[in-house]
Amino acid sequence: MTVTSDAPSEKPRVAPWNDPRVRSFAFQALLVLLIGFLVYEAVDNAADNLRRQRIATGLGFWDAIAGFPISQSLIPYSEASSSYGQAFWVGLLNTLLVASIGIVLATLLGFGVGIARLSKNILIAGIARWYVEIIRNLPLLLQLLFWYNAVLKALPGVRESAVLPLGSFLNNRGLFMPKPVTGAGFDLVLAAFLAGVAGSIGFRIWAKRRQERTGRTAPVGLVTLGLLIVPAAIVFLASGSPLTFDVPTAGRFNITGGMVLQPEFLALLFGLVIYTAAFIAEVVRAGILAVSRGQTEAAFALGLRPNLTTNLVVVPQAMRVIIPPLTSQYLNLTKNSSLAVFVGYPDLANVFTGTVLNQTGQAIEVVGITMLVYLTISLGTSLIMNWYNARKALVER
Amino acid sequence: MSTLEISETASGREASFVRREMRAAEPAPSSEVGAVAWMRQNLFTGPVNTLLTIALVLLAAWVLPPLFRFLVTDAVWTGANREACIYTAERTAVGACWAFVRDRVAFFTYGFYPLAERWRVDVFFVLLIIGVAWLLNLRAPRRDLGAIYGFVILPIVSFILLSGSKTLGLPVVPTNLWGGMMVSIVVASVGIVVSLPLGIVLALGRRSSMPAAKLFSVIFIEFVRGVPLITVLFMASVMLPLFVPDYMQPDKLLRALVGIALFASAYMAEVVRAGLQALPKGQYEGAMSLGLGWFQMMRLIILPQALKITIPNIVNTYIGLFKDTTLVVIVGIFDFLKAIEAARIDPTWAAPTVSTTGYIYAAVFYFICCYAMSAYARAVEARLAVADKR
Repeated sequence: MTVTSDAPSEKPRVAPWNDPRVRSFAFQALLVLLIGFLVYEAVDNAADNLRRQRIATGLGFWDAIAGFPISQSLIPYSEASSSYGQAFWVGLLNTLLVASIGIVLATLLGFGVGIARLSKNILIAGIARWYVEIIRNLPLLLQLLFWYNAVLKALPGVRESAVLPLGSFLNNRGLFMPKPVTGAGFDLVLAAFLAGVAGSIGFRIWAKRRQERTGRTAPVGLVTLGLLIVPAAIVFLASGSPLTFDVPTAGRFNITGGMVLQPEFLALLFGLVIYTAAFIAEVVRAGILAVSRGQTEAAFALGLRPNLTTNLVVVPQAMRVIIPPLTSQYLNLTKNSSLAVFVGYPDLANVFTGTVLNQTGQAIEVVGITMLVYLTISLGTSLIMNWYNARKALVER
Repeated sequence: MSTLEISETASGREASFVRREMRAAEPAPSSEVGAVAWMRQNLFTGPVNTLLTIALVLLAAWVLPPLFRFLVTDAVWTGANREACIYTAERTAVGACWAFVRDRVAFFTYGFYPLAERWRVDVFFVLLIIGVAWLLNLRAPRRDLGAIYGFVILPIVSFILLSGSKTLGLPVVPTNLWGGMMVSIVVASVGIVVSLPLGIVLALGRRSSMPAAKLFSVIFIEFVRGVPLITVLFMASVMLPLFVPDYMQPDKLLRALVGIALFASAYMAEVVRAGLQALPKGQYEGAMSLGLGWFQMMRLIILPQALKITIPNIVNTYIGLFKDTTLVVIVGIFDFLKAIEAARIDPTWAAPTVSTTGYIYAAVFYFICCYAMSAYARAVEARLAVADKR
C-alpha cells in the first residue's frame, strides 16, 4: 500500500492581510459598521431634533381632519370632514389619472414622431427631428411653466371663450366639454363591449394558432373591429340609447353644465405628453433601425407583401428593442408628474409633500410615504417588465 | 490572336471601325439629377407624400410669418419699463418684449449677488470655461492635469471665490444672495463633479463580489432611481436637517446640492455599470493574469476602457442633470428659471408678452447648453465608431 502524493495541494501561505477572503471580510465589516454608525447617528439626531422641535411622530395624523380644499378629486372629498388619509388617496388617484392619460397620448404621439423621423419626405423627417431636438433639450419645468402661464392662463376669460366643435369651450378657466351621462341599461352596453373584447382576444389567439398550424391567415382586423362594435351597438340601440351628453352652456359670467378640465391638469398633461413623446420617438426610431435591412429583404424574397413584412417581420423584432426603454419612459412620465407642484395640480407630491407636510410638519413620515408610493409603482413596473422581457427575449440555441 | 490584331492596327493600317476616343457621356435624364430629381425623391415620392408636403408648406406659410413678426418686426427692443411693451393706441401689435430681457439680464445672470462683487462670478465663469474646454477637447495637452484642475482645483477656487474669504480680503457673500444663471451653473457643476466619482464607486460596488457592498449599492441605486427628484429634494430639504446635529445645520444651497448630487450619482452608476458590462471578460482575466491587484486593474485596465465607451451616455446623463437643476426652486434656491419667474411677475414689467419673452430667453439658454452637450456626445460617439472599425 503506497501513499500517493495526490493529496490536495496545500493552500498558498499568505499573510492574513494579503488573503483576499480576509480582506474582503474586513472591508465589508468596516462598511457595515460605517453605514450602521451613520444610520444610528441619523436616527439619534432625528429623535433629538423632533423632541426639541416638539414635532409629533407616528401616523396619528392619518385620520385627522385635513381641512384644506383640493381642486380636483375623483373620489368624494370635502374640506370640512375628510381626513389626511383621504387627501392621500385623492392625490394618488390624481397622479395615476394624469400619468395613465399621459402614457396613452405620449405613446401615440411618440410612435407617430418616431416613424415620421424615418420618413422619405425630408420635410416631415426634418420637422420630426427638430421637434425631438428642441423638446429634449429644454427642461420639462420650463415647458410646463410655458404651457401654464404663457398659454393656458393667457387665454381669454369666460366671456370671450373660444368655441370649439362638439359644444366645447376653451378659456382661462379650462376646457369645458360635454359630460357623458349614462342612463339605465348602460351597464348592459358595457358588458356587451367587454364580451366583444374578450371574443376578439379569443379569436386572435385562435387565428394565430391556426396560422402557425396550417399557414392560413384569418381577417383578424375586420373580425376584431366587428366584434368590438357590433354587439355593443346592438345592445345600445335595443336598450334605447342609454347615453346622453350634458352640454356646457355659456352664461354671462360662468359656464354651466358639462365637465371641465382645469388648466392645471391640461398644462401638466400637455407638458408631460409633449416632453415624453420626444423621448419615445427616439426609442421607436432606434428600435426600427435595429431591425437589419436583410430581414426586410429576406421577407420580400419569400414573397411577403410590404404590409405583411411590416406586421410579421419588422414590428415583432423592433418591439423587442423598443419595449424595455419604452417602459422606463413610462416610469419617467409617472415620476415627472410630480412636477404638478409647480403648476398647482393636486397630485400626490403636491397634496402630500406640499400641503400635508406644511400642516403637520411630520417630514419623515410624509416624505417617506410619498417616496414609498413612487417606489412601489417603479419597482412593480420593473418586475412586470423583467418578466415580460424574459418571455420575449430572443431564444438563442 | 487578339495581340495580332492589335499589332496590326498599331503597325499603321488604319482600321476605320475602331473608335479611338471615348464618346462624351450623355447627361443624365433631367428627371434623375438636379433640383427636380431631388424634389421628386425627397418631397413628392408618392401621392401621400405629395399631399403631406403641400400640407406642410401651407402650414409653414400660416405659422412662420406671424412667428417672425412676433420675434422680430413687432418686437420691442428698447425701453425701461412696462410702458415700452403695452398696447397703446398707435401700437396695436406687440411682439416679444426684448427690452425686458435687456433690462433684467444682469438679474438673470447674477441674481441678488452684490453689484460690487459680480466680477468674481465672471472670473468663475472664465475658470469654468477653461476647465470645460481642457477636459472635453480630446486633443488638449496634459489632460491628466486638466482632470486635477477640473475636479480638484476648480471646485476649491470657485468656492473661495464665490462665497468669499476674510483672510483673502474677499467680502463674504451668503448663499441666499446667489441667484440666476450663476446658481444654476454652480448646482449643475457640483452635480457633474460629484456624480461621476460617486457613480463609479456605486457601479463598482454593484458589480462587486462582496455581498455587503453589493447590497448597499443596489438598495441605494434602485431607491433613488425609483423616486422622483422632487421627493429627493424634499428629503434633502426637510429631512436632512433632522438627521444632523443641531449645531451643524446645512445651509439651504448645500441641502439642494446634496440632493442633486445623490440623485445624479445613482443614474451615473447605472451608466458606468453598462460600460463595465460591455467590456469582455478577457480584459479582467488578462489584468489578473498579469498579477495586477484590484485597484491597479480598475485604474489601469478596466475603467479607462469602460469610461471611454460610455462617454456619450455620461454626457447624456449630464444633460438630464442640467435640465433637472431647474427643480431646485422647490427648496427655495433662486435659480435661473426662478429669476425669470420673479422678473416676469414684477409689476415694473407687467405687459402681455413679457412672460412669453422671458420663457423664450430661458429656452434659448437651456437649448444652447444642452444642444452643445448632445452635439459633443454625438461627436465622441462618431469618433469611437471610427476607432471600432479598424
